Amino acid sequence: MRKILSTAIVSTSLLVAATAQAGTLADVKSKGFMNCGVSTGLPGFSNTDEKGEWKGVDVDTCKAVAAAVFGDASKVKYVPLTAKERFTALQSGEIDLLSRNTTWTLTRDTGLGLNFAGVNYYDGQGFMVSKKIGVKSALELDGATVCVQAGTTTELNLADYFRANKMSYKPITFDTSDQTAGAFDNGRCDVLTSDQSQLYALRIKLKNPADAEVLPEVISKEPLGPVVRQGDDEWFNIAKWSLNAMITAEELGVTQANVDDMTKSTNPNIQRLLGVTGEMGGKLKVGNDWAYKIIKQVGNYGESFERNVGTGSPLKIQRGINALWNKGGFLYSPPIR
Amino acid sequence: MTVPQKNSSSKIWNDPVFRGRVFQGVVLTAIIAFFAFIVSNTLHNLEVRGISTGFGFLNQEAGFGIIQSLIDYNETNTYGRTFVVGILNTLLVSLVGIVLATLLGFLMGIARLSNNWLISKLAAIYIETFRNIPLLLQIFFWYFAVLGVMPHPRESMSWGELVFLNVRGLYIPSPEFSDGITFVYASIFVTLIGIWILKRWAHKQQDDTGKQFPVFYTAIAALIIIPGITYLISGTTTTWDVPALRGFNFKGGITILPEFTALLLALTIYTAAFIAEIVRAGIQSVPKGQLEASRALGLKNGQMLRLVVIPQAMRVIIPPLTSQYLNLVKNSSLATAIGYPDLVAIFAGTTLNQSGQAIEIIFMVMAVYLTISLVISLIMNIYNKRMALVER
Ligand SMILES: N[C@@H](CCC(=O)N[C@@H](CS)C(=O)NCC(=O)O)C(=O)O
Repeated sequence: MRKILSTAIVSTSLLVAATAQAGTLADVKSKGFMNCGVSTGLPGFSNTDEKGEWKGVDVDTCKAVAAAVFGDASKVKYVPLTAKERFTALQSGEIDLLSRNTTWTLTRDTGLGLNFAGVNYYDGQGFMVSKKIGVKSALELDGATVCVQAGTTTELNLADYFRANKMSYKPITFDTSDQTAGAFDNGRCDVLTSDQSQLYALRIKLKNPADAEVLPEVISKEPLGPVVRQGDDEWFNIAKWSLNAMITAEELGVTQANVDDMTKSTNPNIQRLLGVTGEMGGKLKVGNDWAYKIIKQVGNYGESFERNVGTGSPLKIQRGINALWNKGGFLYSPPIR
Repeated sequence: MTVPQKNSSSKIWNDPVFRGRVFQGVVLTAIIAFFAFIVSNTLHNLEVRGISTGFGFLNQEAGFGIIQSLIDYNETNTYGRTFVVGILNTLLVSLVGIVLATLLGFLMGIARLSNNWLISKLAAIYIETFRNIPLLLQIFFWYFAVLGVMPHPRESMSWGELVFLNVRGLYIPSPEFSDGITFVYASIFVTLIGIWILKRWAHKQQDDTGKQFPVFYTAIAALIIIPGITYLISGTTTTWDVPALRGFNFKGGITILPEFTALLLALTIYTAAFIAEIVRAGIQSVPKGQLEASRALGLKNGQMLRLVVIPQAMRVIIPPLTSQYLNLVKNSSLATAIGYPDLVAIFAGTTLNQSGQAIEIIFMVMAVYLTISLVISLIMNIYNKRMALVER
């Protein structure tokens, strides 16, 4: 009996200890690396290359945070997650940052105990069809079979769109983008729907990319961004400002190549960004050269974009609304000061 | 409980019965307290982390579509309804699977014991192959390798322009009856009652006079003739809803999804291989003397199997058969790997993700599987008792 009681006491105290919320920053520092949740494989966003290394704009966000915290962008362990798994993985502490083309919505922001740390890609949902079926607009899709990924905003927008346009559809729901694209490839569905950028990413994975066509309609707003647990403001700040540092760097013309020269710049904004003056890093509880490390090791936002999804990549996506605010896009970082 | 008080030297705490009760009470209280603590602690932590709790979400609009539903469902229905849709889809594939796996399993188990070398070896190969390949691989095999390579809707295979098969599924005509069909259903019901009475009468007749009555053939004939006549008299008419290619897909008739077929085939074939072994073991457990005795009585082979061997073998077969049924139900949750909308895929998948209420949903899903398992065990136990009672 005493044994049972003592076991009960020990395990309950463990439970209390385990559930008390530790600061993610301290936690990550003592581990020596951070766990970053990414997709199971989406070219341009988070995908492994031939050498098995993770690449993509979402991966760069993970790296930026690691560079800020450790001064070393490689101190990241990537955890591939399906859309269905991602929020539980973050809530349960399995990952420290979720950077997996995740749309910022009110429900997710309020009900899941999460916080969105900004937007690293402005997207919108689209449709991809096989050229063979000769459809030119999404409004001609009445009665179509649609492949979609489970646990996404995509599933919900799809239902809304067809209902609003009084059309019917048959959803086939898979867990990973590979399955979704595979089913589209072998004709199980007429249409593949997803965030438009991801349609381009998935298209290059098809057997015959030239046979598939992305329809012009964009049916939703999908601001994608990194996510952290709610209630840990210190970590939230680091994630938020690591992304902002990349955007600010582009705005100020600081690049991976010129960042060393830029430390000699007389522009006070650049001096503050790179930690030459001011105590920005200290305020974030990271090294004062945090932004320097990010830019040196990862690059600014524009560089990351071009390298992963833009002209330097197979996806060839235009900057469009993802250009800086002063270049006709939405990207705007609050001042680093 | 009587505590021996008369003997003054025996203190109440020296009484083993009393002590046992006290200890049990303490342990029970500790366990309840422990679980109460876990629940309240979890609720507290969820609140601290800003994660919504409670079952209120079940009344919220789901907002997503589901491809197969046995009840009316559309995206404006509630999360609660997605729960029911999921349960029904799980039950559908499980029940059909259990029936088919039982038939195939018995067939293979008996074939395994056949005196015919070829039949017995073929059964052995079937059993050894399908028992030893992981179920998930078998599901993928049927889904991708067999059903995934079917032609596109526009090049569908067709049988008499009535039945169509393509990569999107099997399309068969569905009958639509006029109102008179209620009489036909009623007549089937009445016939079944009649057959039951006939069976009891025949049993008594045999006990009393030794004369046998061909209940089986009479029953079959009655089930065809009586509803048939009712159909004609009531003037019921049938129109067939034949599937036809309209737009992107076939419309009309009944659609059997490839996701369903693949899952069903894999579950059936996999489980039947285990059932075959159980049946073989059961049959072999019947003592040889029983066979010799029944031969001495002049029973034919079929009669011997039906009247002597199977009833006795059943007692050995039923308990492990029950666990195979439970396995099949639980294995059906692999559905999510190929996009069949079962309880786990819909409710513990999409609904969980969209609503974020992981703990409540996982709890509900576990409760459902537990209930299904308990109900199956209960039914099988009742059946087992009845088989055991036959013993003389
Ligand atoms: N932005 C949407 C959709 C995100 C999503 O999961 N998209 C799919 C596109 S098919 C994907 O990225 N899949 C990658 C994977 O399965 O790992 C959301 O947050 O719900």
